[in-house]
Amino acid sequence: MSIAAALGETIEEQPHKNRPQKSGRFTPYWLLLPGLLWLTIFFVVPLVTLFGTSLMTPVPGGDVGEFEQTFHFANYIDTLTDSTYYVPLFRSFLYSGLATVLALAIGYPLAYAIAFKGGRYRNILLVLVIAPFFVSFILRTVAWRQILADEGPVVAILRSVGLVGETAGVYPSAFAVIMGLTYNFLPFMTLPIYASLERVDRRLIEASGDLYAKPFTGFRKVTWPLSLPGVVAGTLLTFIPAAGDYVNAALLGRPSNTMIGNRIEYTFLSVNDYPTAAVLSFILMATILVLVLLYIRRMGTEELV
Amino acid sequence: MRTWFGNNALKVYAVIAFAYLLLPVAYTFVFSFNDAGRTNIVWQGFTLDNWKNPCGAPQVCESVVNSIVLALGVTIVSTLLGTLIAFALVRYQFRGRGTTNLTIFLPMATPEVVLGSSLLALFLNIFVPLGFWTVFIAHVMFCISFVVVTVKARLASLDPRLEQAAMDLYASEREAFRRITLPLVAPGIAAAALLAFSLSFDDFIITNFNSGQFTTFPKFVYVSATRGIPAQANVIASAMFFIALALVLVTQIRTIRRKET
Repeated sequence: MSIAAALGETIEEQPHKNRPQKSGRFTPYWLLLPGLLWLTIFFVVPLVTLFGTSLMTPVPGGDVGEFEQTFHFANYIDTLTDSTYYVPLFRSFLYSGLATVLALAIGYPLAYAIAFKGGRYRNILLVLVIAPFFVSFILRTVAWRQILADEGPVVAILRSVGLVGETAGVYPSAFAVIMGLTYNFLPFMTLPIYASLERVDRRLIEASGDLYAKPFTGFRKVTWPLSLPGVVAGTLLTFIPAAGDYVNAALLGRPSNTMIGNRIEYTFLSVNDYPTAAVLSFILMATILVLVLLYIRRMGTEELV
Repeated sequence: MRTWFGNNALKVYAVIAFAYLLLPVAYTFVFSFNDAGRTNIVWQGFTLDNWKNPCGAPQVCESVVNSIVLALGVTIVSTLLGTLIAFALVRYQFRGRGTTNLTIFLPMATPEVVLGSSLLALFLNIFVPLGFWTVFIAHVMFCISFVVVTVKARLASLDPRLEQAAMDLYASEREAFRRITLPLVAPGIAAAALLAFSLSFDDFIITNFNSGQFTTFPKFVYVSATRGIPAQANVIASAMFFIALALVLVTQIRTIRRKET
């Protein structure tokens, strides 16, 4: 399953021991040139431009959307001390963190079931994991909105069981947003975990049983550590896009559930306050980088990046 | 007894998890038959009209055509550029490998809002009008990394001795590449191309920042979500779902059969 391989590979490096020595000192550079040029012009340069934009101030007496470069670093302080911005920023990390934990709780057993009980149907089951991607991400999120709506089936069931009161609902709410995030990124969690579980040598698990380890001990001491690269990849592939997402919050939440992505989109595209939007983008990126580095160090897999 | 329960608990669990994953897909399919007209929210009765006339609602088919044209172009360019990078990374030792790897990895580790807003900041600063080409540039940018990673995985698992053997049999370097390496890497390149196509076709956030008046299918669905999405959008999504699923399942079943015989 190449998509699984792709996702599993994102933070892994597979050096090949006997790589052929090719002739032509400059050949690799010619191969790299077009792609790296594209990435430099349209990824690196924009980030620099965005940083420049984050230090701009409005032109005095200018129109909406007119800014000049003043290297006004105070933009960062102004934005970070404004509760309309730091509250959604905090909420983004809370929601995406919860969604990541939930996706791990759902995705790990699923990946385990496919890898160890899937038999010859493993590849077909993997196709079913990615099958939701064949339907537009936005349409699926809109579908959840209607499934969770007051007239929908979920509320009807929850009301009949008494979990939800006669007047209360589940959409729109923080619960719906977190559920939507969990749902949308679940395949990104499941595939890399599957990829590393599939590589686990079954004889190691049998050996743990031969050494009188109970199945759970065997799992804790053998299977789980060996699947950690997949867990790390999966949690990052869930957490990073979830923290920046604004579709779930926009479609499944209330205004009180907005995430930082919603604020960035709104300040950039609706208010045309480019410097503030740029500051927010940078703070989001920096926070994610710091969290990811801390996490990777904590998991002891820094050599993987 | 315990193992019997263990096996089946896991299977039951998997069924529930798959139900969760596929419920919105099923919902989209069922509501493609809804006799609802413009606001496809509440079930109002079964009809085949939406399937008979998928372009019946305004803008649905235009946005789908836009998305397909865009995704095809993005697939061709990003697969080409990404495959070249993957070859350089796996087959050559050169200075700057680390920096290259980082440049490939970072776009995947950057949230889409940041990618989208940074490109928009660039386009606004140099006064590039937004439209098809700005979205194209943005999509190629984020697809390259995924292509590199997919092709690299396939290339790294190839035994380079096959190529050496070909050269021992007097194949030139170019011939060995064309007749041995390329056919063996082809499935990886095909997978990368499919991935690029689906990433581009389904992208919303980066598109929304850089598209201006140009409308793709996801953007059309998002914009009409407040007013009500026409059932024709469900028809198109369902049709694409079944086509993609059939294609992938056929290739998977074939590989299973081939392994068994």
